[in-house]
Amino acid sequence: MDLVIIGGGPAGMSAAIAAYESGIRDMVILERDESLGGILQQCIHNGFGLHKFGEELTGPEYAWRYEKKVRELNIPVKLGTMVLDITEDKVITATNPEDGIFTIEAKAIILAMGCRERSKGALNIAGSRPAGIYSAGTAQKYVNMKGYMPGKNVVILGSGDIGLIMARRMTLEGAKVHAVCELMPYSGGLARNIEQCLNDFGIPLKLSHTVVEIHGKERVTGVTIAKVDENRKPILETKEYIPCDTLLLSVGLIPENELSKSAGISLSTITSGADVDQDRQTSIPGIFACGNVLHVHDLVDFVSEEAEIAGKSAALYIQNGKENTCSIALETDGKIRYTVPQRITENKDVKVYFRVADVFKNVKINVYSGENVVFSKRKQKVAPGEMESILLKKEMLEGAEKLTFKLEEA
Amino acid sequence: MYDVAVIGAGVTGAMIARGLAKYDAKVCILEKANDVATGATRANSAIVHAGFDAKEGSLKAKLNVEGSKMMKKVTDELGVKYKNNGSLVIGFNDEDRKTIEELKKRGDANGVEGLRVIDAAELRELEPNISENATCALYAPTGAIVCPYDLTIAAVGNAMDNGVELKLNFKVTGIEKDGSDYVIKSENEQIKAHYVINAAGLFADDIAKMVGDDSFSINPRRGEYILLDKECGGLVSHTIFRTPSKMGKGILVSPTVDGNLLTGPTSVDIADKEDNTTTSEGFAHIIKEASENLKAVPFGKTITSFCGLRATGSTGDFIINSPKAGFINAAGIESPGLSASPAIAEYVIGLLKEQGFNAAQKDSFNPVRRSAHYFKDASVEEKNEIIKKNPAFGRIVCRCEIVTEGEILEAIHTNPKATDLDGVKRRTRSGMGRCQSGFCSPYIVEILSRELGIPYECVTKSGGESYINVGKTKEAE
Repeated sequence: MDLVIIGGGPAGMSAAIAAYESGIRDMVILERDESLGGILQQCIHNGFGLHKFGEELTGPEYAWRYEKKVRELNIPVKLGTMVLDITEDKVITATNPEDGIFTIEAKAIILAMGCRERSKGALNIAGSRPAGIYSAGTAQKYVNMKGYMPGKNVVILGSGDIGLIMARRMTLEGAKVHAVCELMPYSGGLARNIEQCLNDFGIPLKLSHTVVEIHGKERVTGVTIAKVDENRKPILETKEYIPCDTLLLSVGLIPENELSKSAGISLSTITSGADVDQDRQTSIPGIFACGNVLHVHDLVDFVSEEAEIAGKSAALYIQNGKENTCSIALETDGKIRYTVPQRITENKDVKVYFRVADVFKNVKINVYSGENVVFSKRKQKVAPGEMESILLKKEMLEGAEKLTFKLEEA
Repeated sequence: MYDVAVIGAGVTGAMIARGLAKYDAKVCILEKANDVATGATRANSAIVHAGFDAKEGSLKAKLNVEGSKMMKKVTDELGVKYKNNGSLVIGFNDEDRKTIEELKKRGDANGVEGLRVIDAAELRELEPNISENATCALYAPTGAIVCPYDLTIAAVGNAMDNGVELKLNFKVTGIEKDGSDYVIKSENEQIKAHYVINAAGLFADDIAKMVGDDSFSINPRRGEYILLDKECGGLVSHTIFRTPSKMGKGILVSPTVDGNLLTGPTSVDIADKEDNTTTSEGFAHIIKEASENLKAVPFGKTITSFCGLRATGSTGDFIINSPKAGFINAAGIESPGLSASPAIAEYVIGLLKEQGFNAAQKDSFNPVRRSAHYFKDASVEEKNEIIKKNPAFGRIVCRCEIVTEGEILEAIHTNPKATDLDGVKRRTRSGMGRCQSGFCSPYIVEILSRELGIPYECVTKSGGESYINVGKTKEAE
């Protein structure tokens, strides 16, 4: 088969459509859920599509625009199908109830498996392990997809976007959200979500706070929170007990790259996603990655955009092969944590996405080629929760071996 | 009327019940929780000790060595994961070396086979990731690992398949004598049995007091653990102990039979028998000591932490005796209780016979239970045959541990049947992976609700009031 797309969420669907429109027909989307759309299915709030469509859509509406297209184009989809393994030679093993365990040899693969939430287990929070502790996304599934309330008195740890969205959602459903605790001195979520999901409902955001103990035998009965110092260590004198029946966690998202690892794709230790070039090709020629499996996005609009690049590039790879015309490594200064892509292999205009490590005000984003600044842009404020992007023009790449992204005083 | 009632469905009670299932006798297991294997059995080091720790001549030493030798056969029959990975007690200095040589002597005296003191070079060859500071080790080739709840579930299942009854949510509140029989009461029910076996773990002293035996007490000792991702399971292949000191046995690092890396336990005496909470001091202690054992332990790959309570008896040894006619204690079963459990069962049945239990062995006893992991272990061709017959085996529910709906259905319908989320988890590993049930729990709640015929919001994590959901949303109402 020419092309296998793993994952039928926004990234997979967008990549599939782009590949189809570039002439690929012998293809399939493998989706583990019983329907397309991925995590958007449970994101029933609005705010999706402002960049892509110039209008505010809900998650399911945004997904439907792509699903409709997939259906119109008759792009083959296998639902309820879980990929178990990918090899370096692009042999995919998958399973579903109808076909059993089967393999596909693909000329190209697009990885679009999305991400998962960091769990409570990873945090080593002291105390008991009762019912009532959920990641925010799991709670969102219970409320929006199943119609059940995972709790009525809620404390949220972490101010990631899903946590903020769920603070509002639980409140609208009649629950009392007592506080959102954020370990860092700034929120990891979008500014608009802080405003619309917390401030509008009078839910306190406690920055530099964490949960130090969980209480309750069968069901959560309360949590102890405390302020943290500059080293993120709890200040025990500030301990405060909050009675609640639920603790939601929104403490980070991790690209789901177990399959990529088994294929031997080289991963970035910073993004936990693949190292890719401007076409979103991974270290294995013919395997591409896009969306949250590559790096965690804030806005689905940019997932779609990135997936189009991957889809088109995979089509080109299948049709002509892909030739490198240059080899430029993109590096960062630490204040900028990472870039995607991490390398450029073709002389053309390249949009580079990146995230910063902290909140910075009045800064310049400078891109150096050797001693020379080839690109510079001033920003009033940058924050870890908001992904940035710049466009590198073809001429800026001339003769470069390495481009270094730096955040410098304006 | 039962011939024998076994109080407690931990690994001790389970192995005793399975042993009794070989006899033509009416046997029941009484368990206060909503499932088997929920006490000390649920959370421990999961190790089959070689048997060099316990003092020569103690019951612990005798039953550890015997049990350890029986474990392979038992796990084969029950289809339980067991791995003879060998263990190493590592030493960092001359004093440790002395202790290690004493341990070897003790082990030899206890009848442990193949013990050797090895030097740094051989140690590094066996374990390249061991700390640079380790200078010697005691190598115990008979050391092994096993999954304690897998073993317990399988043993109870096998006992039930051979006629033993299991009564869950039966918390014993009193025991009375009725002639030569015992009447065992819970809040809602009572049963009568000719013999009673007290395998109540942390609560064994409370049970013994009900028949007037106050000769011992059980003191809970906290043991916290940190479990790392399967990515780290290959860091060591042997179980790595530190040299024991006045401060105790210290923090071990071991692969698990499921391929994770386990570190722990702490060891703190506490007062509350139900306080299985973890502490930040405990985590710090584990991280410090485990990091001394190996070159590096990637605690960034932690997937969960938990706490178990050891049922430490006041006598220092296992307390296995018959304080009253027809009543047998199998108490104080702390480490090496898991290792010893097959031998404890035989020993207890021996005491039972001394008390007059004279049922004949039955021919119909089948010691074999199909492995709960048969699907996972099958070849692709075999799996496809199974999926053809039952498509639910083609549907993956837990994506981290690759658990199918078929396996979850079997966990709910196979003895002893899972009735809550933790029960399904312990039987199938669903939710034990790196996402820690974030993705699969809403689906498993749905399957439990459907299969048990109970409303979605009535599904619990572990019985009692541990509801996953507390009601419907506004619209759904």
